[in-house]
Amino acid sequence: MATNPDAPAPTVYVRRFTLTERLLHWTHATAFFVLLGSGLVLYLPSLSIAVGRRPLIKDIHFWTGISWAGAIVLISAVGNRRALAATIREIDLFDRDDRSFLAGNSRAPQARFNAGQKINAILTAAFAALFLVSGLLLWYGEQDTTYRLSGTVYLHDTLMYLSIVIVAGHLYLSLIHPTTRHALRGITLGTVRADWAKQHHAKWKPAAEPEDVYPPVRRYLTRT
Amino acid sequence: MPAERSQPERESPRENLGARRLGRAGFLAVFGAGVATLFYGKAISRVTRNVTNPLSDATGLTRLIPSSGWRIYTVADSMPAFDQTTWRLEITGLVRRPISLSYQQLRALPRAEQVSTFHCVTGWVVPNVHWAGVRFHDLLAPAGLLPQASALHFISAEKPYDDYLDLRQVALRDVMLAYEMDGKPLRREHGAPVRVVIPEMYGYKNVKWVERIDAIPHSGTGYWEQRGYDNDAWVGRSNGY
Repeated sequence: MATNPDAPAPTVYVRRFTLTERLLHWTHATAFFVLLGSGLVLYLPSLSIAVGRRPLIKDIHFWTGISWAGAIVLISAVGNRRALAATIREIDLFDRDDRSFLAGNSRAPQARFNAGQKINAILTAAFAALFLVSGLLLWYGEQDTTYRLSGTVYLHDTLMYLSIVIVAGHLYLSLIHPTTRHALRGITLGTVRADWAKQHHAKWKPAAEPEDVYPPVRRYLTRT
Repeated sequence: MPAERSQPERESPRENLGARRLGRAGFLAVFGAGVATLFYGKAISRVTRNVTNPLSDATGLTRLIPSSGWRIYTVADSMPAFDQTTWRLEITGLVRRPISLSYQQLRALPRAEQVSTFHCVTGWVVPNVHWAGVRFHDLLAPAGLLPQASALHFISAEKPYDDYLDLRQVALRDVMLAYEMDGKPLRREHGAPVRVVIPEMYGYKNVKWVERIDAIPHSGTGYWEQRGYDNDAWVGRSNGY
């Protein structure tokens, strides 16, 4: 078949997230919304009255929290720990360009994560840890008065309000904002367009994916 | 899981120029602030309330969020509904004469009022709640307690909730069976038409939707006490309030 000079160049994809990172993200996201929904029913008087079934909702909230924490630990333990460690290292480091980006210079070249994404990840991790600690204290403090601290309810509530603001911003940037919403593909399928990566993450030098297919499928297809 | 390539190559000269490990520092700072909130939450909330209360008033959130402090805790699938025409309060057990009061008869008993603070065992507090109701001395007089009685068993219309108070506890001067809260008849979610109010004890002793009071020889173990809560639920003996 002759090459058509007018045909667009094939889209090149680069890998942004491993399966481990994507599983962690979607486990966390799913648990967040189940916990938010059940938590609001427990918290808002109008919803408590409308829905009722408090013992059931309480069980859902508690066991979702436990399963969420267990799943995060499990995925991190059996998943691609090397990739995870690299991601954590990248999020940890803020260089001069990152600080310039945060100061309002959106043209400062960014690596795989821009500085805003790093802050989102750091806050999400810290909030998750605090949600877990305060949640366990709420549960256990009802039964053992030693663990009934005066600020537990306040902390758990405040984290909820702040999380809603952060998640709203995250959803806007990943679903609506034109220049960033392509990132949704990265956290879902693992890969993003090479030209998008180059434009928005100039300092990131990923290797091109030969084919945009799931690795075991690719291995199967290319076996001889 | 196969090792996939995701690490950027660290070859660009601009890469990591002036890099600092701010991520871990930020994580620890936020986590530390959160843990401090566990212990100093009350003081912090007094400050933040000055900002958040006008904000929620201005946005109409006040009607939605429990800003006045009340949270509604229930144990059954739905709340008991109050019908004034059929509702009765039974007073039974170790009494000379078991009685069954209608809502009107209950309201005709001597009225008492008080302003007290409500403490939930989970940590939230509603200050200065204005209650109106009947003192137990006046409520129990028509039935007449027998000398063998030493405690009251409160049975809620919300099954299977119940709890116990001994006679010394119900004789405290700010304990009542309340039918009004903040100037209005008790609302459904607060236990309509009557609930126990004993401000010195945590909320779970303040039984809502009371439908029967049984005079008994010895105090028993209530709903939450069977699930590990203190039987003597005195506020402040345990949570430092």
